[in-house]
Order: sequence, then C-alpha cells, then structure tokens
Amino acid sequence: MQDATRLSRRTVIGSMAAAGAAAALSPTSGLAQSGAAIGKRIPSSGEAVPAVGLGSWITFNVGDDEAARTSCAEVMRHFFEAGGRLIDSSPMYGSSQAVIGYGLARLGRPSGLFSADKVWVSPGSRGPDQIERSRRHWGIRRFDLLQVHNLLSWEEHLDTLLAMKGAGQLRYVGITTSEGRRHREVERIMASRPLDFVQVTYNVLDREVEERILPLALERGIAVIANRPFREGALIRQVAKHPLPAWAAEADCANWAQFLLKFIVSHPAVTCAIPATTSVAHVRENMGAAHGRLPDEAFRRRMIAHVEGL
Amino acid sequence: MSEWWTYALSDFLLFSPRTYHRLFELYNAAIWPGHVLAIALGLAVAALLGTGGPWRGRVVSAILAACWLWVAWGFLYTRYATINWAAVYMAAAFAAEALLLVLAGVLGGRLGFRTRGSWVGRAGLGLVLFALLVQPLGVRLTGRPWSQTELFGVAPDPTVVATLGVLVAAERTRWELLAIPLAWCAVSGATLWAMDAPGAWVMAIAAGLALLLRMFSR
Repeated sequence: MQDATRLSRRTVIGSMAAAGAAAALSPTSGLAQSGAAIGKRIPSSGEAVPAVGLGSWITFNVGDDEAARTSCAEVMRHFFEAGGRLIDSSPMYGSSQAVIGYGLARLGRPSGLFSADKVWVSPGSRGPDQIERSRRHWGIRRFDLLQVHNLLSWEEHLDTLLAMKGAGQLRYVGITTSEGRRHREVERIMASRPLDFVQVTYNVLDREVEERILPLALERGIAVIANRPFREGALIRQVAKHPLPAWAAEADCANWAQFLLKFIVSHPAVTCAIPATTSVAHVRENMGAAHGRLPDEAFRRRMIAHVEGL
Repeated sequence: MSEWWTYALSDFLLFSPRTYHRLFELYNAAIWPGHVLAIALGLAVAALLGTGGPWRGRVVSAILAACWLWVAWGFLYTRYATINWAAVYMAAAFAAEALLLVLAGVLGGRLGFRTRGSWVGRAGLGLVLFALLVQPLGVRLTGRPWSQTELFGVAPDPTVVATLGVLVAAERTRWELLAIPLAWCAVSGATLWAMDAPGAWVMAIAAGLALLLRMFSR
C-alpha cells in the first residue's frame, strides 16, 4: 500500500480526455440510461464507440432454449442501459447470431447498436451468401462492421467487404485473429490493406500484441477490438481467489472484472474490449469499466506486476 | 487449418456445459413418453443377446438401426445442430450407421452372436446392460437433475455403447459396423473432456474395452 500512497491521483489516472479521443456517449434510445460510457474513437471515421462491448462466443449459443434466449436478451438490455453499443458475433458461434437477433427484437431494436459480425467460410465466393444469412439472423438493415474471421480466405473476403463498404452496404471492414495466431500475417494485412478494425487477443497476461500490432494500429489508424479479455473466464476465476487491491479504487475499479477490462481499454491503441457473459450481474460489472477514470501507463505497469505476482 | 498445434480442445467447444445439458432436458421433455419405448427396445436387445434363436441377429440389427436413425434425426439434426454446426455431419454419420446395420444385419444376416456360455459374449452383454442401466445414472452422480438423463435409444452415448456391446458379442468382427461407433466415442469423449465433465472418460473406456475384447476374441 506504500506504493498506492506514493502515486498521486494525477499521476495514476488519466482522465477520459487523456485516454485518447474519448467522448461521453449517448448510446441508445428507448432504454434507460445510467450514465455516459467512456468512448474511444474509430480512427478512420472519428466516430466514438463505448470502450466496453459485448462478445457472444459460447455465451449466446443457447439454441432454441426459450428461457436461455430470454436471459441473453436481459443481458443485452442491461448492456444497453449501461451505455453499451458494440455487440460482436460470428457465423462460427452456433446460434449466437440468431439469439442476438431475438434479443434486439425483444428490446425494440435499440438505435445505438453497433453491429460487429464476421465472415467465416471457404471458398471466399460463398462469403456474400453467408453475410446475408448473418444479417437476417440479426434482423438489421446492414452491419456496421464485418471482419474476416481468423483470416479464413481473407483475400477474397476483404475484396467483398471493401466493395460492400464502397457501395454503402457496410460501414467498417476488419480482420480478426485470437490467442496470438498468425500475427505476422495480420501485420502484413494491416500494413497493406485499408482496414478500419483489427481484432486480436489482448489482456493483462496476453500482451504479445503490444510489441508490434498495437503500435502498427496506432500508426495506420486502425481501431482495435480486444477479444478474450478474461481468457474465457479462466483469468477472472484465477484472480478472484485474491482480494482486489485497495489501490484499484484509484482507477475506479470496484471489482476484478473492471480491473482487467480497464487495463485493456486504457491502452491508447485499443478501441473496445468485448467480454462475453450470460449474467446480468456480470454485464453490469463489465460495463462499469466503461465509466470513471482510466489507468495511465504507470498504473498499467502496476496492474501487470500485481496480476503476474498472484 | 494453419497453426493447428496451437489449438486446444476447448477452442473447438462452441457452447457451455449448461447449454449442452439443457439440450437434453428440453429434448427429454419434448419426446416423453418415448423413453418407455426406448427402454423396452433396449431390454429387448439385452434379452435377445442372452437367449438363442435364428432371427435374433436380424431383430437386434433392426432395433439398433431404428435407434441410430432416431438419434440422427431426433437429437443430432433437430436439437444438437442448433448449438453445434458440426452436428449435421454427426447426424449423417449416425444415419449411415443405421443404413449399415440394415444392410449388414437385417438384410445380409451377417450379425450372428456367440453362444451364451462365451465370456466375450457375456462381456458384450455387460456393455449393453451398462449402457441401459448404469449410464443413465451418470446424471445423478454429476449432480444434475433426472430431467437431463441420457437414455439408450434416444441419446447418442448410451446408444453407441450398447451398439459396441452388441458388436463385441458378435461372432465375427464387423469393422464396417464398428468404425462409426468408435469415432463417436472419440468425438463425444473429446467434447465432454473439453467441458471438464466428470464422466468424460466413460466413452474412451467403452471404446477401448470393445476393441480389446474383439482382439482377444479372435
């Protein structure tokens, strides 16, 4: 705790403005709102999106289970109420797209939604059909962001997505990878193609992207979505065995979820983290990371040292 | 798939254990009282293995084929495919096994059984009884409700284990009939393992036991 007292609030905490192109957002219409979320700007457009989004890997793949679908819709309701906007899915995630569509319909199609999906099919010529199926599952007019999932047939898919963007059928184009795979190829695509987004795995323990991909994203003006912020829950289960350090409150972290998420979204290159959950309590905790103060570099180093020492 | 060595089993798991087990709960509720018929068919298979009769190979094959076909349609294609896109291919494999059972066992009459005194035959019957009577108890041993029970004839795992038992008790090794059940043991075992399910080893042991028994019975 000596360290905590040595760090003044000014040195520890970056304000929303200092966090980099942050903005207070008014996320949705028609839903209750419990405060503006921290927003980070998409470099290619200047549009701000809340720093915490909602993933759907595993959690929203509940099939035709009506009770589970309703539960997912409640998670979405609380996500929007807390200022969330960006929801991410993929045709690889089983029924997740349809469950998101169910939730959106149940919530009266919140106007603040930022729809992020992926194309995941080979050969690339099958991409347009898959994208259309995905759009119908969501029940939306068009996607905000489409990403090439895990670089599968990426050359053909990028041509398709860039053509869609040019025709006004899509707002942003991106690529994804996870858990450190194919980073060299990701870098080459980032350096050579006009991407708006790149999605990679980034959390307090998985920081390989800090070396080259995040700096490249800053240099090239590419927004970054951080997936697997909790290592599919394993990381949060691991740290939850220990008490949250008292100094976490200096960055307005009230729980471990906020601690881990604020570490991610406080990186200047990161636009948004996308934790997935089936729990209303957890989505509210997660969205808490999109409010309050964000850590600065010194505080981030302290967070790393603390978690690595547990 | 590039860099395949970097993938763990859990990377291929598309759903949570809760969702997987709820699938059985909803499925069981939807098909009740079909379980009564399934149990009766299972007991008939066990009884036929334990008795004699010239037609028992054809009848057992017909019962198993019907069960495999139902599981392919009623569970894998209609239910499991809603949370696992690969289940469509699994359903096709189960339908193929049903077809093989009809061709080899029902029409071809090539599924004969050992005499009642044979220890391998008794071991095969033991596997069938395990699938009928013990596997359904697994749901309670793992703290889940009875409503999520997996039964022979309606759920894949006990249907596959019972089939392995029948094929162990067969006079000759029928690789064309063993291949798909053994492959399913690998798929289901891997799925349960990825979910950290307590009974993940059951399918692997059943497959290993069936193979060993077939080898020793030559």
